[in-house]
Amino acid sequence: MTWTTDQPLVKVVDLVKHFPVYEKGVFMKKKVGEVHAVDGITFSIARGETLGLVGESGCGKTTVGKVVLDLLPKDSGSVLFEGKDVHETLETGTSTGKKDMRRNMQMVFQNPYGSLDPRMTVFDIISEAFIIHKHVPKHEWKSRAYALLKLVGLEEYHAERYPHEFSGGQRQRISIARALATDPKFIVADEPVSSLDVSIRAQILDLLEDLQRKEGISFLYISHDLSSVRQVSQHVAVMYLGMLMEYASADVIFTKPLNPYTIALLSAVPIPDPENKVNRIVLAGDVPSPINPPSGCRFNPRCPYAQQLCRDKVPEYREIEPGHFVACHFAEQFK
Amino acid sequence: MVRAVDGVNFTVEKGVPLGLVGESGSGKTVTALSALRVVPRPGKFAGGKIIFDGEDLLTKKESEMRKYRGRRIGYVSQDPNSSLDPLFTVGTQLSEVVQAHEKVPKERASERVLELLQRVRISEPEARMRAYPHELSGGMRQRIAIARALAGEPDLLIADEPTTNLDVTIQAQVLDLLKDLQRELGMTLILITHDMGIVAEMTQKVVVLYAGRVAEVASTRETFATPKHPYTSALLKAVPRVDRKKELVPIGGNIPNLITPPSGCRFHPRCRFMQEICVAKEPALDAIGGGRQVSCHRWKEITLEGTSS
Repeated sequence: MTWTTDQPLVKVVDLVKHFPVYEKGVFMKKKVGEVHAVDGITFSIARGETLGLVGESGCGKTTVGKVVLDLLPKDSGSVLFEGKDVHETLETGTSTGKKDMRRNMQMVFQNPYGSLDPRMTVFDIISEAFIIHKHVPKHEWKSRAYALLKLVGLEEYHAERYPHEFSGGQRQRISIARALATDPKFIVADEPVSSLDVSIRAQILDLLEDLQRKEGISFLYISHDLSSVRQVSQHVAVMYLGMLMEYASADVIFTKPLNPYTIALLSAVPIPDPENKVNRIVLAGDVPSPINPPSGCRFNPRCPYAQQLCRDKVPEYREIEPGHFVACHFAEQFK
Repeated sequence: MVRAVDGVNFTVEKGVPLGLVGESGSGKTVTALSALRVVPRPGKFAGGKIIFDGEDLLTKKESEMRKYRGRRIGYVSQDPNSSLDPLFTVGTQLSEVVQAHEKVPKERASERVLELLQRVRISEPEARMRAYPHELSGGMRQRIAIARALAGEPDLLIADEPTTNLDVTIQAQVLDLLKDLQRELGMTLILITHDMGIVAEMTQKVVVLYAGRVAEVASTRETFATPKHPYTSALLKAVPRVDRKKELVPIGGNIPNLITPPSGCRFHPRCRFMQEICVAKEPALDAIGGGRQVSCHRWKEITLEGTSS
């Protein structure tokens, strides 16, 4: 089966990733359990679209991003990029096939203070991609690097500086420029604005939106900040304790959510408008540990509508309306 | 020398929750720490007054100051991980604070700790008293920190970004708790935050800080509906909201460095209404009627948009 451009660029099927938990014994360590970081999730991202992946801390959203790029090995399931299995290509493919895949899938990390090498100038950071992938002839390195800096809103003279000379927002621009240096088709952006100040966040969100719209790059935008997800995403997937709770277009998720977790999550976000009176659903308790996730629906201990069925049976992740997937036994009732 | 807070003026009325809003380096934390006179070294007061209940705290002796800290003014910091001691149980830490405030026997102190834990709605309070901070979740640790601040039954509670490290659903719980505590205990809240959503929800009055100076003081409603300072308006247009998609208008440039702050109005390099006078002269914080204050040369001539737009 060959991949055509009308098919999803990235397809994730039944992805599972557990991390073993060890206890230190006298002679050897003993495995005592597993963190169910990602427990069978399925989604796809079309060409040129941004999928927002939201969830609270510890729900496994960062793990999803890393496994999708094969930066962490998966346990089972598959990730397809342009119809090719990512893990297989990187493990057993030809060296050009491997490089091609790496070049097309890039990542922007959360913390721009930790993700840039302090001993490299901005030019070195960006042109490292040219050295590795040889997709830009040497005499064009400078002009390409400058063009990238322009694109992310920096100046040519910034190229000779070191990361410590920049503010947080500027550093995040540099890491975006670095990700763009390989001409990728797909970028995983893991909380790219959460360490930035409010007035700087809008600059970066604007830039991401531009790159998606004008350059046609697909994004997996991972964030716990629902307001920023609404701003940049066309589709949104909501994750809770390693599983997907809901997936739909951004408009549907934010206006007609059908999973009680999504509903509660949205109502918890304070709205910057004092005239806006919200009916807040305050969820009791904390997110349970992913080492011993609750039986049945993972959200049941905190769900205001939980019934016996929810404790007994894992709800099926089903398409309740065209393009709207929900994992809840009673989703119809929230229409 | 960093002038972290430079000529900041505002008043807090009893029972009116106040929001101190600003980005990193705007001086919001230093302003709050000043009220307790616990500004970290080598910071010092170069001038000004802090009048609490008719008395200037900056002229008090250190021994007198101790009567204010915790008893009149409580403080909850941003990071409960570093403000709780990892080596002692929650019960020990809280009862130490209780005993510092009043001379009571140990048993009475533990009863009081139990009351405090119930007050901040910790489930299974007896069991939690024996727990160490690392055994608790972030939300629960922040509740413990709030309980500790309540131990001295303060009249004023300063909460410095109390929910920044928490998940949204947990943040909702803590904000709810802070609302209830104000009502139950008749306590006044100063909430320090960079989140305009929290300000809108929790406060009645707002002080907007920028680069160590007050940009604007107004009621929360007016701040959002009819901002008078270009920074306030720009900030409102730069934050996305979850209830509708809107066009984001980023504020260009960066937050200034306070070692060499911009001349004149500190916001001028990023302001779209900037004129020569803004570079040349520092604007005063003018009272403009209705209890509002603004520090902008041009507030009368410019029209600014609030959230409704």
